[in-house]
Amino acid sequence: MSVVQGTDQGEVIETDVVIIGAGPVGLFAVFELGLLDIKAHLIDILDKPGGQCAELYPEKPIYDIPALPEVSGQGLTDRLLEQIKPFDPAFHFNERVDRLKRLEDGRYELETDAGTIFRAKVVVIAAGGGSFTPKRPPLKDIEKFEGKSVFYTVRRMEEFRDRDVLIVGGGDSALDWVLSLQPIAKSMTLMHRRDDFRAAPHSVQQMRALVGAEKMRLVIGQVSELKGNDGLLASATVKTKTGEETVVCDRLLPFFGLTMKLGPVADWGLNLHENLVPVDTEKFETSEGGIFAIGDINTYPGKLKLILSGFHEAALMARKAHSYIHPDKKLLFQYTTSSSSLQKKLGVRD
Amino acid sequence: MAKVTFKQPDGTETTVEAAAGVTVMEAAKINLMSGIEAECGGACACATCHVYIDANWVEKTGKPNEMEEDMLDFAFDVRETSRLSCQIKISDELDGLVVEVPEKQF
Repeated sequence: MSVVQGTDQGEVIETDVVIIGAGPVGLFAVFELGLLDIKAHLIDILDKPGGQCAELYPEKPIYDIPALPEVSGQGLTDRLLEQIKPFDPAFHFNERVDRLKRLEDGRYELETDAGTIFRAKVVVIAAGGGSFTPKRPPLKDIEKFEGKSVFYTVRRMEEFRDRDVLIVGGGDSALDWVLSLQPIAKSMTLMHRRDDFRAAPHSVQQMRALVGAEKMRLVIGQVSELKGNDGLLASATVKTKTGEETVVCDRLLPFFGLTMKLGPVADWGLNLHENLVPVDTEKFETSEGGIFAIGDINTYPGKLKLILSGFHEAALMARKAHSYIHPDKKLLFQYTTSSSSLQKKLGVRD
Repeated sequence: MAKVTFKQPDGTETTVEAAAGVTVMEAAKINLMSGIEAECGGACACATCHVYIDANWVEKTGKPNEMEEDMLDFAFDVRETSRLSCQIKISDELDGLVVEVPEKQF
């Protein structure tokens, strides 16, 4: 698997196809495109391939993948990665495509939140339920504090230096940031709803040692209200088993996992229907020629949100994509079982 | 078949019939009950089918297992009676079950 780590700012990657989303359908699209001599780059907001299969249910069995009576989310991902290996796709993880525009030469230019720029003849949106984004606790007025006092990720540790930091959560993100920020914060409080943590035991031990040495506080409870003015947080009201308590804080990091949001796809000028992208059922092309949508993110009469439907959509999409990328080449229909040219691409030995 | 009653935050109550073996979440979705999202589709991988079990039923529905308890960390305003409705299977024993839908799933 070729993983491309953060490219230089402003560097432009030129390729045939950019696939947005490295879930099962995005991965299989690499295969179908590869058979037609089309090279792809994949971009995903997660730090790994597999999409929902890898993020939400890596160990849960799936029973409706043809010819695999039972396979786990991670198992399916691993098999797809093995299947597309001959085509050596380039993966860009932890990046979200924010902008998409058509260039004068008919190609598309995409820019990610990390500043990577892609130019491609074809764009395939295989974004599933949308991009995974941190969950926002339903606290009154929390959005007024976001970006100033409330953060869902740590982009700059300096933002937390000499601050009264409150971190909420019981998983690895919460515990890791407690341990990283405690030395530079003015004060550190970790809050969790129960005295059990999902985080790695050694992080929990380290945290408890800091609490024992009175270098930080651990509060068992749940935030019920945020107080402050002009986006600057002053304190959080906490419901505990015995009553209410006020935690003084001017920085809050809530870690409540991820949820799926359509995100920037909505801003690309495509026709949308109830947060899904309508496509035709011959080519799975959107209202913009050269932009396709496959898998859970698309909609058409009779659509079923099944992985196997996405695989079918990928195969038909690839044929139309071929006409944009190799307009001068005639497309033959061939079987992998009998075609020596397809087998050569797949690296099959004679 | 068993009856399950969903209490909404505004006080309205809806009772539905559910077949033994389906989950409380599925019973809610089949009947288009508002307030149960079930974003992950019942894999115990989100926390958007969170409900509060009526005090009279807590003993019969039982306590969440470790995986469900972990996932409840992602819910909001978790109480002693909190459960994820995708993890409760309907049975004759649960005929008459009453659950409260929280103000917000998140």
